[in-house]
Amino acid sequence: MNGLFSEVFISSLVSGGVIAGIPLIYAGLGEAISERAGVLNVGLEGMMLGGAYGGFVGALHFHSTWFGLLSGGLTGMIISLFMVVLCVRLNSNQIVVGIAITLGAEGVTALLHGAIYADTYPRVPVVHPYAIPFLSNIPIIGPGFFNHHISAYLAVVVVFFVSWVLKSTGIGLSIKAAGDQPHALEAAGGGVHRIRTISVLSTGLLAGLGGSFIVLVGAGLFVPFITNGKGFLAIVLAMLVRGRVRWLIVAGVLFGMSLSLTTALQLAGIDVPIDLVLMLPFVLIIVVLFAFGRRSYLPAALALPYDREQR
Amino acid sequence: MVLANELTPSVELIGITKTYPGVVANSDIHLTLRPGEVHSLLGENGAGKSTLIGILSGMVQPDAGEIRIKGETVRINSPRDALERGIGTVYQHSLLVPTLTVLDNLLLGVDQGWKLGRDAAKARLQEVSTLLDVEIDPSSVVGDLALGQRQQVEIVRALWRGEGVLILDEPTSMLTPQGAEKLVQVVRRLVSNGLAVVFITHKLNEALDLGDRVTVLRRGKIVGEVTPAELQNRSRAQITDEVLKMIFGEKSDASYAAFASQVSETADETFRVDHLSVEGSGPHPVLDNVSFTLKRGEILGIAGIDGNGQKELAEVLAGQRHADSGEIILDDQSIQNLSIAARQAKGIRYVTDDRHGEGTVGPLSIALNIVLKRVGEVPFWRWSLVRHSSIREFARKLIHDHDVRAPHEEVAISTLSGGNMQKVILARELALEPRVVVYNKPTYGLDARTTSLVLASIADQAKAGVTTVFISTELSEIVSICHRVAVMYRGKLSEPIMVRSGIELKLGALMTGSTTL
Ligand SMILES: Nc1ncnc2c1ncn2[C@@H]1O[C@H](COP(=O)(O)OP(=O)(O)OP(=O)(O)O)[C@@H](O)[C@H]1O
Ligand SMILES: [Mg+2]
Repeated sequence: MNGLFSEVFISSLVSGGVIAGIPLIYAGLGEAISERAGVLNVGLEGMMLGGAYGGFVGALHFHSTWFGLLSGGLTGMIISLFMVVLCVRLNSNQIVVGIAITLGAEGVTALLHGAIYADTYPRVPVVHPYAIPFLSNIPIIGPGFFNHHISAYLAVVVVFFVSWVLKSTGIGLSIKAAGDQPHALEAAGGGVHRIRTISVLSTGLLAGLGGSFIVLVGAGLFVPFITNGKGFLAIVLAMLVRGRVRWLIVAGVLFGMSLSLTTALQLAGIDVPIDLVLMLPFVLIIVVLFAFGRRSYLPAALALPYDREQR
Repeated sequence: MVLANELTPSVELIGITKTYPGVVANSDIHLTLRPGEVHSLLGENGAGKSTLIGILSGMVQPDAGEIRIKGETVRINSPRDALERGIGTVYQHSLLVPTLTVLDNLLLGVDQGWKLGRDAAKARLQEVSTLLDVEIDPSSVVGDLALGQRQQVEIVRALWRGEGVLILDEPTSMLTPQGAEKLVQVVRRLVSNGLAVVFITHKLNEALDLGDRVTVLRRGKIVGEVTPAELQNRSRAQITDEVLKMIFGEKSDASYAAFASQVSETADETFRVDHLSVEGSGPHPVLDNVSFTLKRGEILGIAGIDGNGQKELAEVLAGQRHADSGEIILDDQSIQNLSIAARQAKGIRYVTDDRHGEGTVGPLSIALNIVLKRVGEVPFWRWSLVRHSSIREFARKLIHDHDVRAPHEEVAISTLSGGNMQKVILARELALEPRVVVYNKPTYGLDARTTSLVLASIADQAKAGVTTVFISTELSEIVSICHRVAVMYRGKLSEPIMVRSGIELKLGALMTGSTTL
């Protein structure tokens, strides 16, 4: 059987969608945390890219995917320190700093990669998927959804964890207060700067994980600009789910599928102009924004620096 | 009380000074708080009261001075430091997170750990609210509550956390007389257990009733004190007189006059509200069949406990909220379907009680806030170009006429004291040549002199033919300027009755729903 309903098309669409969607979920989750705490992190793309490079170097060096992910996450976190110092502590403009971080990370990673790896183009260790028993045996979609590297399933676990933290813990309350009414958080004895620092660092960590997932699990190698706008896509997803982070799982996979549509179409031997298909995720974003954008929830103090005495 | 004085003071503020650009908010202030004592802090709008307690609660850092707690010199670097030393505060302006529930607001900052103790907190909330005799649904979202209810939540929180010192910055400004009475009882009881209380209010009687000691601030300096002995041994009239002089200086004249005048029998009916209803999610409708008719130049008072639908009624009249049924008629024409702007063009004005949220744009200058509702109008704009010089000139005039205390008209409005911000909002609305004005608690947070100035201007405007709806929880104000008064209870408006002296008791009963007309 050939065409849109063939098994090869559907399973490569699902599997590719998950691979492309997981980085969106990681990074989108990071962005959602920052935004709830009142920090608009436009540097997400840069943190992902930095994480992608850090993960690549780590994995090559230690010959391990897991060490790669770890060093990718740490790289993202280190990059987010710029945001912490400049925006949270020194009250610089969050958008300007975010753009600077993205441009800076693009330049630095391209430069380093060109200087060190441009001749060899080394590949990272091959990842071994873990097939979840029973679920992966579901016909057609089973292998696509449930046969991946463990770090893919981890994304889902982390989403549920963060969702629980936001809903049921003191830190979660403080994060929401820091974004909605930071003065109230201070008045209640919390520390706005402390909470925002924790949030931005978590964003860096998660964006770094997402970036290194692209390299280590997805592509298998690093090329400059490999994140290719996924950081910005993740920012939009974070806004669309309106603080209900569990929806990121659905949104991430959905957008991941639209990103991986070209490959699936090619594998299934369907001939569609490739530019048309590459446009799809962005068309989807625009359609979704038309449909739900008006209801997208943004915290009241988003992108506003906090100064206790400024009333 | 005598015994209490011999104990170590709970708090000593020594030589506190704080300046802002263009203002000395506190200048070399010495203040001692003793356990078992209520210390009333008085002063006109902008005197520096909130700044001083901001320093004690960690919100504001002083330029100079020392703070001692129980004899020990401390630095209070943040509200957290203050809370850890048992200093609980009700701030003048609501500092709750509007998107969180009441319960989560109470837990905020207390519980830094992983798991929230929501059940224990619920029990504790029940306890404190029984003490205060208020009914607060712990699961309602704070943003949906009326300002008076929010204030109750803040009081609950401060009582919950202030074990040694309780700071109350105008806690009764949004409460009903009954609510205020209840608060006074609770504070009395806590004080007898050794708590030290700072009590800020503009209501002189409250300050003298509750306070064991009174300190008066003017323009950042302490200008006078009344000791417990004086409070006990001298007549109330004498003390009142003296304190008023301290607050306003020698030229004080802050007594209420009766402003009300007769509405001409022959004046035509200009404004009619017919069977307005708004459904609500609660057990009773937000507005339940509200009707009234007003003549030109008439002032209708609407009394009621905050949260019974007054704000919603005002918003429906202003066009900010949709009514499910009913009609609003101005000069025989329905304005029901007109937008906010179209209603404004017809001369309908609404003075909100939410001076921070809807009333002003915080970071903008006083001058721009004053012309906020006149964007594009001559002479402030010409050929679509903004003319700053005429805006500033107009702002200077209003600031002068309404005695707004501000360094100049270009400072951000958010830096003004609460009362001065309210003066700007009123100046703006009164300057707009309205036909029908809806005021929601226009005098809240104003000092006595400004209150009487505002009431006088509302009365003057009415004499000039402006029809007025005056929503207030202050029965004394309603009685002094309104021609007729109605009471709002659970979305229903009672039949308006003529105002005469001695009506307060009856209104009080209507407000709590214990009788109907
Ligand atoms: N953050 C700030 N920036 C600039 N000026 C300020 C700031 N906070 C207070 N001020 C100024 O300090 C003075 C004292 O203000 P404060 O709020 O202490 O007055 P208040 O006595 O509480 O008055 P009210 O009765 O109106 O609440 C005012 O002139 C005010 O404009
Ligand atoms: Mg004040």
